[in-house]
Amino acid sequence: MMRAVDAIMECLRAEGVDVVFGYPGGANLPTYDAMYDSGIRHILVRHEAGGGHAAEGYAKASGKVGVCFATSGPGATNIVTPLTDAMMDSVPVVFFTGQVRTDLLGTDGFQEADTFGITMPIVKHSFMIQHPLEIPRVVHEAFHIARTGRPGPVLIDMPTDLTRVEIDYQPVGEVRLPGYQPTTEGNQKQIRLAAKAIANARRPVIYAGGGVINAGASSELTELALEDRLPVTCTLMGLGAFPAPHEQWLGMLGMHGTRTANYAMDEADLIVAVGARFDDRITGKLSEFAPRAKFIHIDIDPAEISKNVPAHIPIVGDAKNILGRLLTEYRGLAPEPARLAEWWERIEQWRAQHPLRYEDSTDTEIKPQYLVQALYEATAGDCILATDIGQHQMWAAQYFHFTKPRRWIQSGGLGTMGFGLPAAMGAAVAQPDLQTVVLSGDASIQMNMQEMSTLATYGIPVKVVIMNNGFLGMVRQWQELFWDGRYSAVEMNEWPDFVKLAEAMGCHGVRLTDKTTLVDDLRAALALDGPVVIDARVTREESVYPMIGPGQAARDMVG
Amino acid sequence: MGDPGTKELLSLEDLEAASGVRTGRKHVLSILVENKPGVLTRIAGLFARRGFNIDTLVVGPTDDDALSRITLTVDGAMHPIDQVTKQLHKLVNVLKIRDLEPDEAVAREMALFKISADAGSRGEIMQVVEIFRAKIIDVQRRTVIVEVTGTHDKVEAFERMVRPFGMVEMARTGEIALSRGRGET
Repeated sequence: MMRAVDAIMECLRAEGVDVVFGYPGGANLPTYDAMYDSGIRHILVRHEAGGGHAAEGYAKASGKVGVCFATSGPGATNIVTPLTDAMMDSVPVVFFTGQVRTDLLGTDGFQEADTFGITMPIVKHSFMIQHPLEIPRVVHEAFHIARTGRPGPVLIDMPTDLTRVEIDYQPVGEVRLPGYQPTTEGNQKQIRLAAKAIANARRPVIYAGGGVINAGASSELTELALEDRLPVTCTLMGLGAFPAPHEQWLGMLGMHGTRTANYAMDEADLIVAVGARFDDRITGKLSEFAPRAKFIHIDIDPAEISKNVPAHIPIVGDAKNILGRLLTEYRGLAPEPARLAEWWERIEQWRAQHPLRYEDSTDTEIKPQYLVQALYEATAGDCILATDIGQHQMWAAQYFHFTKPRRWIQSGGLGTMGFGLPAAMGAAVAQPDLQTVVLSGDASIQMNMQEMSTLATYGIPVKVVIMNNGFLGMVRQWQELFWDGRYSAVEMNEWPDFVKLAEAMGCHGVRLTDKTTLVDDLRAALALDGPVVIDARVTREESVYPMIGPGQAARDMVG
Repeated sequence: MGDPGTKELLSLEDLEAASGVRTGRKHVLSILVENKPGVLTRIAGLFARRGFNIDTLVVGPTDDDALSRITLTVDGAMHPIDQVTKQLHKLVNVLKIRDLEPDEAVAREMALFKISADAGSRGEIMQVVEIFRAKIIDVQRRTVIVEVTGTHDKVEAFERMVRPFGMVEMARTGEIALSRGRGET
């Protein structure tokens, strides 16, 4: 016999959980009491949203399931954003929320919120504990659902009285969920058909998304591409799935992707979409997206097939499984590489005509693009890079390069400002041997900057680089381009003083303003022990280009 | 297009795509779900977030205590329903969904009509009730309540027939359905 909460700890250990990000409160006191001698590391965040994003960052960097604890009521409502974020980006995280006693449910008790109801549309699945005996089984089901199929967040809401009860704990063997049987094996006939289509394509493009990284299929993807010099582009979420820079690498596609990638999509006769979901930031105007192309769509989620763009050859299943078998089939066809010569000529032309470019300053001013390039140089690209949302994120996607998966930590679908710092913290905890850097903006960082003290408290050596332009940069850019330059509520000005703030939070604070010494200054700052906050002052009004305007087509790219 | 198993060349021109289209007909979805709290909300939510209107919805027990059957009708002329059906399949508590083709299934609903009826009109109402093989289940001085069971169309037809007498109020269950033949719905 043991308390249900102690059984939860047994289950967490059985699931291989080594760290929990969380915040205690009244309704999850029993859980925290069990945590006390569970042997599982706990990181006390400063806000539950930070805990949720940290668990996401941990999951993204490690491929394991992240875990976040929060209490009832405000604790639970504070994790709504990370939950939605994890849902949008298919991140495996299990959230445990405390809930008021069962006799208080539905009475507006102190710190009561209908967590189960509020979160229903933003979870892969959720459980409301009805009986203490079901707790161990539910915990294992939650982990199973979070990590398998298309990964996603699972929430377990636990009325506090039920968690204190002594139960006869029996380790749970296999999880049985009759209503949950994700398809992992791709259909062989479809795979064969896809191989033939690629072998017959004259202007193919591989378009890879975050699903490739979730599936651990980067090497299979790369092998397929290299087999026959197939051009590759990735979504924001897919960066790192294919090693860049590389001569077959077209750059990122979409709104702020390269012209080469977007023009290639526009003229392609066959697009091989793998673990990507044809988001509106990729397609632009849907009716003019890749108008000449047929589509092979490989995805673990059948609901993604033909959702936005009708698929000609849909293959539902695990990308690693499918790409491996696709490669075998493709090799068997012995395709003629010369058929792609003309296509590559065309691509090389675009590449030569439209490299990513910006006008560098003539004095010491740091251009934001140069800040990213300098960071790439200072780290030799050998780090985990998380970002927040906005201009800095797009420039990082353009000018930083990733040779490996799980090194680029992003909030792609939801676009959550405030994601970067806590997510980087989670990534750093997951991969202590790698350097972890978060590139943020002066606006984004302020949405969860309280986690700087968490870094200091636990000595988590995340390096925070703030691309400080004094504006909500991306909104400012849109107001400049599409709203006649009427800057409405986008100026952040110069507060706070991030160096002083960093010091107050127990971190090193460094201010950088001179481009001529930037790489060395960054190196020195990155080499400081412990967490460091680098306030890099950049050009105030710089815009991200090239750009497909909202609702425009790829060939109408500007800049 | 040749059999994909052969070495025959494949022309990309021949590939065709299927995508979400409005089917133009009413869909009767029979959904077998685990009998647990929140399942109905999850299902209804998938329709609501897309702005789809559910025309009728019936939830009831099955021969297995652990399972419930939800029968839901939605207008395929108004909404492309394949996307939402795929999303329904993904719900962990949903075991099975059948989009019942009208020819392969039987569907029935029940309705109660409270109709104004005085001594003068009662006879005529009873004739209509007779024709529709409906039942009068309550008689008061000024009203009768009629129970009608049948297809959606029959219930609609009955309603049209009795409306002129003065409809006080009505309640309809929405359709329940099972597929024909030995196989399970």
